[in-house]
Amino acid sequence: MQATIRIRRFNPEKDKKPYWATYTLQDCEPTNRVLELLHRIKWEIDGTLTLRRSCAQGICGSDAMRINGRNRLACKVLLQEFGENPKIQVEPILGLPVIKDLVVDMEPFFAHYRAVMPYLVNDSPPPIGPDGKPRERLQSPEARARYDDTTKCILCAACTTSCPSFWANGAYVGPAAIVQAHRFIFDDRDQLLQERLDVLADPDGVWRCRTVYNCTPACPRGIQVTQAIGEVKRAIRAGKRDY
Amino acid sequence: MKTHQHDVIILGAGGAGLMAALYASRTVRVAVISKLYPTRSHTGAALGGIGAALGNEEEDHWEWHAFDTVKGGDYLTDQDAAEILAREAIDAVIELEHMGLPFDRTKEGKIAQRRFGGHTNNVTGKPVRRACHAADRTGHMILQTLYQQCIKNNVTFFDEFHVVDLIMNGDKPAGAVAVCLRDGSLHLFHAKAIVFATGGWGKCWEVTSNAHSMTGDGAAIAFRNGIPLEDMEFFQFHPTGLYPTGFLITEGVRGEGGVLINGRGERFMERYAPKVKDLASRDVISRAIAIELREGRGIKGGRYLYLDLTPETVRRYKAEAGENADYYTPEYIETKLAETCDQGRTYAGIDPVTEPLPIQPTAHYAMGGIPTNVNAEVIADSTNRVIPGLYAAGECACVSVHGANRLGTNSLVDLIVFGRRAGLRAAEYARDASFVSMPSDAGRKIESELNRIRTSNGSTRPYVLRKKMQSTMQDMVGVFRNGKDMQKALDIIRELRREFATNIRIDDRGSTFNTDVLEAWELGCLLELAEVTTFSALNRTESRGAHAREDYEKRDDQNWLKHTLVYRNGEEGLRVDYKPVVITQYQPKERVY
Repeated sequence: MQATIRIRRFNPEKDKKPYWATYTLQDCEPTNRVLELLHRIKWEIDGTLTLRRSCAQGICGSDAMRINGRNRLACKVLLQEFGENPKIQVEPILGLPVIKDLVVDMEPFFAHYRAVMPYLVNDSPPPIGPDGKPRERLQSPEARARYDDTTKCILCAACTTSCPSFWANGAYVGPAAIVQAHRFIFDDRDQLLQERLDVLADPDGVWRCRTVYNCTPACPRGIQVTQAIGEVKRAIRAGKRDY
Repeated sequence: MKTHQHDVIILGAGGAGLMAALYASRTVRVAVISKLYPTRSHTGAALGGIGAALGNEEEDHWEWHAFDTVKGGDYLTDQDAAEILAREAIDAVIELEHMGLPFDRTKEGKIAQRRFGGHTNNVTGKPVRRACHAADRTGHMILQTLYQQCIKNNVTFFDEFHVVDLIMNGDKPAGAVAVCLRDGSLHLFHAKAIVFATGGWGKCWEVTSNAHSMTGDGAAIAFRNGIPLEDMEFFQFHPTGLYPTGFLITEGVRGEGGVLINGRGERFMERYAPKVKDLASRDVISRAIAIELREGRGIKGGRYLYLDLTPETVRRYKAEAGENADYYTPEYIETKLAETCDQGRTYAGIDPVTEPLPIQPTAHYAMGGIPTNVNAEVIADSTNRVIPGLYAAGECACVSVHGANRLGTNSLVDLIVFGRRAGLRAAEYARDASFVSMPSDAGRKIESELNRIRTSNGSTRPYVLRKKMQSTMQDMVGVFRNGKDMQKALDIIRELRREFATNIRIDDRGSTFNTDVLEAWELGCLLELAEVTTFSALNRTESRGAHAREDYEKRDDQNWLKHTLVYRNGEEGLRVDYKPVVITQYQPKERVY
């Protein structure tokens, strides 16, 4: 079947401002992913089309883009959802500066990520096994399940760049960074709880969330983002993990 | 060209590179240079588990893990390396837990373990629970955890800097050259020690589990700078790639009890591996699948088989084996195999909880690569002469710990154990060594090659060459091979290389994020490695592990219990040499599962 793709393009070396370019592809299959179509355009028609991608199977988080108005991973969207003669519009995710075509500057996003101290801190000595060697810290399956959902995050930025609060104010840490913080706040092995809550209680922290709920449907990993943000808010109010 | 100076540079930011970075950065100045943001690395696509004989679920010993690794490698594994791998796996996994890795837990709160192909109780021969896992996204969690620790430890990263060459002063490594994607500028990284952690080259094949970025850059760069490549004929086809995309469906599915079913509804692995059945090693199962397909027992006559993990089927077979399976519910599958469920639903339109998944073998993992010793030091020849200051770890390296066929979970073990060794040894070397001076023409050769690509005005778009290479490798250098086809493949690949050098067409002449040029350059790497792979495979006239020849069906220890080393010999030629296999306590014997 035939597919029509409209792409928001911009080359800083040539263009004063972004423009829309339209491509028509024949012999598409309903099971083709949007990424495959973008590749066909790049490889067969115009090599200057620029995008990020790597795994092509939804785990590396490189190819978040706005597809028909929604933030998706191009490798996780199949043509079949757009009907018989699919028309697809693709543009870069919003709220981050465009470098070229579908490639945006990810540095502000990763700066927010780093700001929430996204790493486990536990300075107490680990348990020692019968052979005198260190063993794992024990964690009950229930305690492990408490933060399972937020361990799935692949830092694709689909949630953060779907958030009107982030669009309005780039200083807001954004949903992805809060998801990352959640993963450690609710991990009972972590010892940095208070510092984490303090960081997120900052004016540009979790309170900038206005529960618009854009982030949850944007997550290609099915993480309950808004719920995670709500849990962090409650932990801040209570000043503890098990509010 | 802008010049940077660091004691140690690490090329690549997957599991091996990050592990090396964590260790090296404790004592010296380190920079990690990666063409992707680190969390985009393909370690994140590893699913089912990391093997370590913790004995949390049942009796296990690292010696059993070592033996399984040697047997899995069809006795081409260097046994000293396998012993290190299995022994240090235990500490390494515990250390990952201390770093925060969210492993699944047993009732007692210990790290949970599951069965995996080729991992056995050496007394009973039955599968053993050795694969430590975080649901079925273990690689993702390893990658995230290591990156988190790197942030904690303020490791310096050059993200989206694409390494395109080594800098050599005579035969001494002095650094590396990288393209900054953002503005296209070339950067020279002057370093005392250089660690290759650049991953594999599954993109040589048409059906592969590998990411688009798995183009073997590091191995190709090393090879172009006079370093041999070891055991390139051994490339693993994972039995369960999703049909038709080839995306990886974890072996953990079978570890949890899933079974392979052919078009007649038979659990055919009972015929090929009576003892461990669906948990035989990957080469054995991929061959079985290829035979089933060839003999017309695909599903509905098609080019695929079923991987069935529905509760109904799994419970039936577990009951037959006298095992309790009450726990194996739809909810259990959703938790333990969450990624698999998502993959089936997204890419095949199939819910694996209620229907079997269509699968086919998929090109997955390079056993061969840049030769190293057990300290991750790159070696230059068959006498194991070390090249001072050069290290390699992870998939791009060949220690050789995987021999002729890697066991499932051992790639993650490899990159943690040998990534750590690489980082430690590189730092130790850099503390005492001085910088090798930079030659005045550093980076000029690759600069002119990139300019050639950028301005090339031929008639063939690179993707045409890439497709031809991939279909050639798929059809002629796949699960089964023979001399006639491989000679043909070698001729085709050499023709493609000539075409690449003289007649490609590039559209993007700019400098900002020019992936048109860099993808073409990556194709050059793939073509080079496809050539070496085919040449090595044609040269080895026996069948062993993943290298199964229809014209030489038997393993031949008399003549071939040795590693292949291939060197570039002039522009066009290749030269082969050999290196003995290290045998410590496991004498080669027939391999039966």
